Amino acid sequence: MIRALCLWLCLALPALAQEEIVSGLSQNRVSITANFDGSEILIYGAVRRMAPPPRDSLLQVIVTVEDPSMPLVIRRKERVAGIWINNAAVTIDAAPSFYAVATTGPIDAILDETENLRHRITIDRVIRAVGISAEAAEAPDFVTALGRIRLAEDRYRLLEGTVQLTAETLFRADIVLPANLTEGNYRVRIFLTRDGKVVDLQERRIGVQKAGLERFLFILAHERPLVYGILALALAALAGWGASAAFRLIRP
Amino acid sequence: MSMQLYLPIAEVSVNAFLLLGMGGLVGVLSGMFGVGGGFLITPLLFFLGIPPAVAVATGANLVVASSVSGVLAQVRRRGVDFRMGGVMLAGGILGSAAGVAVFAWLTRLGQIDLFVQLSYVLFLGAVGLLMFQESLRAILAARKVGASPVKRARVQTWVHRMPFRMKFRASGLYISVLPPAMIGAAVGFLSAIMGVGGGFIMVPAMIYLLGMQTKVVIGTSLFQIIFVTAFTTVAHAVTSQTLDIMLALLLILGGVVGAQIGSRLGVRLRAEQLRILLALLVLAVAAKIALDLLLTPSELYSVAFGGAMP
Repeated sequence: MIRALCLWLCLALPALAQEEIVSGLSQNRVSITANFDGSEILIYGAVRRMAPPPRDSLLQVIVTVEDPSMPLVIRRKERVAGIWINNAAVTIDAAPSFYAVATTGPIDAILDETENLRHRITIDRVIRAVGISAEAAEAPDFVTALGRIRLAEDRYRLLEGTVQLTAETLFRADIVLPANLTEGNYRVRIFLTRDGKVVDLQERRIGVQKAGLERFLFILAHERPLVYGILALALAALAGWGASAAFRLIRP
Repeated sequence: MSMQLYLPIAEVSVNAFLLLGMGGLVGVLSGMFGVGGGFLITPLLFFLGIPPAVAVATGANLVVASSVSGVLAQVRRRGVDFRMGGVMLAGGILGSAAGVAVFAWLTRLGQIDLFVQLSYVLFLGAVGLLMFQESLRAILAARKVGASPVKRARVQTWVHRMPFRMKFRASGLYISVLPPAMIGAAVGFLSAIMGVGGGFIMVPAMIYLLGMQTKVVIGTSLFQIIFVTAFTTVAHAVTSQTLDIMLALLLILGGVVGAQIGSRLGVRLRAEQLRILLALLVLAVAAKIALDLLLTPSELYSVAFGGAMP
């Protein structure tokens, strides 16, 4: 596939100043089955250009992968009467529970702040928290804490320098999806930057869905909770009775 | 071989053998001491990173299995007062329903973890201390003059003078139905909040408050625990969809096998020794949770889904 792309790119195209992304994903579906243990996604592509690349600046690539953003509540513990309890809370409008940013170089050097604000690329920008200052005295601390916690849990990842770029044309990024995935349409974004400015971007989707037994149980639990609960009880009673009967057979 | 298993409701991936082993260990202890083991498994699940709401619902399901396993042996021994169990059960269902509602309310407020932890410290601490003191006294007394039977309440107290009296032949009592129903309600409430059966509270209450015949205490407690935890399990499944059947099944498989082994080990130990060991175990769990509340946590902030999510 990559070779075919390369060949096609080598057949020089008519001159045009723009640089465009041509990309592919190793898979656009991920199935979470009972033995799901994470998954690796390869995001690859090439830069199509109509003219020779500019000599005065270097091309950089940023690849992001995220799951659907959701509203969150961040709580802070404080010591009250000797014990630590949740005593302050801030609501975050939307933040993904998985977010990976892979780049060809240090993100501060290859992306300027205006572009970052516009496209919400870095971890502190992908967390959308508007008007939280009214909720608590040190509201920005809560946003920082969210980033810190999720980085520590490996749910947010900053992978600087992991995107391979060959001859300013071919790029690839390997992103490992963790075992603790949630369902949804994951958004993949690819940015080309020069001098900190975004020159092209492309969006793609990866559908992550529970499959097989996982899917069956999840749907049953949400759509027929009574049946699901009774099924759990029947299994418990059967196991309890079975073990007691089996052990009486072995050692009466 | 890595045996990672993705849990469909908890949405975390854990090692299947670890869960079987944990279920087995708790099963051995519960079989040895004649308790459901909910007070051990629920904190262990928190520690594994299972969300508290899932741990509590799933813990209750595990207690159903270990209590079914235990009650069958008691029925054969005529150790169940079905009438007393039924009265306690009526209270227990009401208490559990209230507990499930309070649980959902506190989850929304963000105080459920604190409430669960405080309940654990308070109840395990108090029961552990009482049991430790009582069994220590029994061991010392046995050394002096030989065996002394457990003293049950025989005098008529306010507990026995309330209205709606009923005859409980197997328990050797003619008392009001209100005290057993109230004990059942209190234990049902704790079952829903803490994911436990509540045997560690019910057994002393039956002996010291109601004055039941000791030979029917364990069986009757197990009998009513089955139904209260069954109700708790289904109620959590319906109101908050937090029961993880895959997690429950692995814990149960380990648990029921462990319980059978444990009950055979338990026969070899003397009753006072068994009780003092159980008291130490209960106190250790309470102390661990109390330390978590008192020591400065390494991360002061925590993240929860807000808005439309549960």
